[in-house]
Amino acid sequence: MNPFLQIHQLGKSFGAPAGLLPTAWAALRRRQAAQPPRVHAVNGVSLDVQRGEIVGLVGESGCGKSTLGRLVAGLIEPSSGDVRIEGQPLLHGGPTSVHRQVQMVFQNPYASLNPRRRIVDTLTEAPVHHGIVPRAGARVHAAELLETVGLDASYLDRFPHQFSGGQRQRIAIARALAMQPQLLVCDEAVSALDVSVQAQILNLFLDLRESRGLTYLFISHNLSVVEYLADRVAIMYLGRVVELADTATLFAAPKHPYTQALIADAPRLDARATSYQPIQGELPSPLKPPTGCSFHPRCPVALPRCKTEAPALAEIAPGHLSACHLSASDVHQPAAIHVVAPPASLRSVA
Amino acid sequence: MSSGLPLLTVDGLTTRFRMPQGAVTAVNDVSFELQPGRILGLVGESGSGKSVTALSLLNLVDKPGQVDARAIVFKGEPLHRASPSRWNALRGDRIALVSQDPMMSLNPVIRIGEQLVETIRIHRRLSAADARRIAIDALERVGIPAPVERMQAWPHELSGGMRQRVAIANALVNQPDLIIADEPTTALDVTIQAQILYEMKRLARDSGTALIWITHDLAVVKDLADELCVMYAGRIVERGPVAELIRAPRHPYTRGLLDSLPHGRSAGGRLTPIRGAAPPLSRLPAGCAFAPRCPRAAAACGEPPPLSSAGGREFRCVRPL
Repeated sequence: MNPFLQIHQLGKSFGAPAGLLPTAWAALRRRQAAQPPRVHAVNGVSLDVQRGEIVGLVGESGCGKSTLGRLVAGLIEPSSGDVRIEGQPLLHGGPTSVHRQVQMVFQNPYASLNPRRRIVDTLTEAPVHHGIVPRAGARVHAAELLETVGLDASYLDRFPHQFSGGQRQRIAIARALAMQPQLLVCDEAVSALDVSVQAQILNLFLDLRESRGLTYLFISHNLSVVEYLADRVAIMYLGRVVELADTATLFAAPKHPYTQALIADAPRLDARATSYQPIQGELPSPLKPPTGCSFHPRCPVALPRCKTEAPALAEIAPGHLSACHLSASDVHQPAAIHVVAPPASLRSVA
Repeated sequence: MSSGLPLLTVDGLTTRFRMPQGAVTAVNDVSFELQPGRILGLVGESGSGKSVTALSLLNLVDKPGQVDARAIVFKGEPLHRASPSRWNALRGDRIALVSQDPMMSLNPVIRIGEQLVETIRIHRRLSAADARRIAIDALERVGIPAPVERMQAWPHELSGGMRQRVAIANALVNQPDLIIADEPTTALDVTIQAQILYEMKRLARDSGTALIWITHDLAVVKDLADELCVMYAGRIVERGPVAELIRAPRHPYTRGLLDSLPHGRSAGGRLTPIRGAAPPLSRLPAGCAFAPRCPRAAAACGEPPPLSSAGGREFRCVRPL
């Protein structure tokens, strides 16, 4: 059986923001025709997602995870590669029957709902337009949607400002469900919520997967949330997937040094004390990505080879892919890097 | 716990906002003590009053807000009676603030170095050259590479993580006794957050600066703070040493917060969220504000719960865990 969602060699590049004075100056000084620099926000990403699967997409700001989500939702056009839903290409201007399989839930429910429209209008506009429900039955449909996401059907005639953040996010989810999609792209969908409300929404996502067989591309920077929810996790760095594995494997035995650093740096409540041996430096500018492996300037175990040769994303164990020269060989002992006890001086502070 | 004279004693801090619909009490009878070099975590969800507590402690609450307290004593000085000019001398010198968004706290049209030097020379009679040396040293301490060159940078030339370090350096330059940090790492990526947490912990250890660290994320303060205050609807509902409080919370709200946090795999199981949502401060229930959401609520919760304390722990609950 074909995977439900196929992402093949997907790429998206943007021109650098124009009109910035320093850029113009530099171009003038060099007396060269300004070749607008391009940012490869997503660079050759391939990923298959099975029906009913939750795939977590994790990375720091600027890694391209939101751009990838928007490409999958068909909101922007890819520069290269393609996205297929049930084998059918998702094309701009292509048949809406493919597009409507994918809906999106955004981070900020204060921005994603039109403040001047009643909930019933927000929930019924798209399905009526696409002929999913007749206009006459739209209100009943909307009422059912509200009940699906755990809200009272009597809220239909209210406006967004009458709801709390968690309730608004439920409405945003109901709006996505109104098109009867198969795939939800959730872009930081619980990041703006308080933890007590976040837990309610995470439970709702799991309930919807059971009741509707939904598939999820779940974009988040929050590792605990992804570890809890996802079946598989893809780690992104500077536009590329650097590691992909099932969740248990990825968190128990991460292979890529960047994944290891992310997991070690994420604060956690359970027994393991965060060691605070942070990786150094910051994400390089995507306008000037480093040569070779893009992580090498921050990598604690980089080899001379990493500066010149970009590692390919390769299968190092069944279903476990990593883009690192070291994970391919046996030289690398993953546990050795980050399970470092804090210096005694630090521990004595606590 | 309490050895020697506390750096800061807060007793009965209450901040009200007079609104057309009536007064809203954003901070309600908050009391705590802080020793030099210690880190206090102030944890709560949005609207719990943690940020207003920070602003109240810095006397930065504007009208229609009104701050009252039985006492706020800082290094033996009663701050609740301090004059505006005294406050200007204290803020940025003895007590510094680090806010969530460094784009708000740094002036976008003044170079980094100038801003740091200004913070120093407003409070101390120093030559520009000496102030510059102190500023460069502060940038170096917060882990900014090439600090001499960075002095010339504009805020927009730096990344979010670097800007937040500059804001922290700005808080450090006068070696304050107390830094109040309001969600300073919330907007940052985890690898940058880890670097900053590491530096803050080192700072408290090395220079004896006390920290009040405000956050919504219990996991962030777990390894950072010595003591935690959990706030709900304007009140501190539980207070105690971090490890004990997280291992065995007494207040059902703290328990609910901990249970809401995902850890490990779901394996098909569900989280245990707190039901409902926090009540608006303008319509708080008569008794315990958490009672309508509390799984342990009983008739006795209709009365405001008194503060109970036992073994260095404090909580406001008549049916504690």
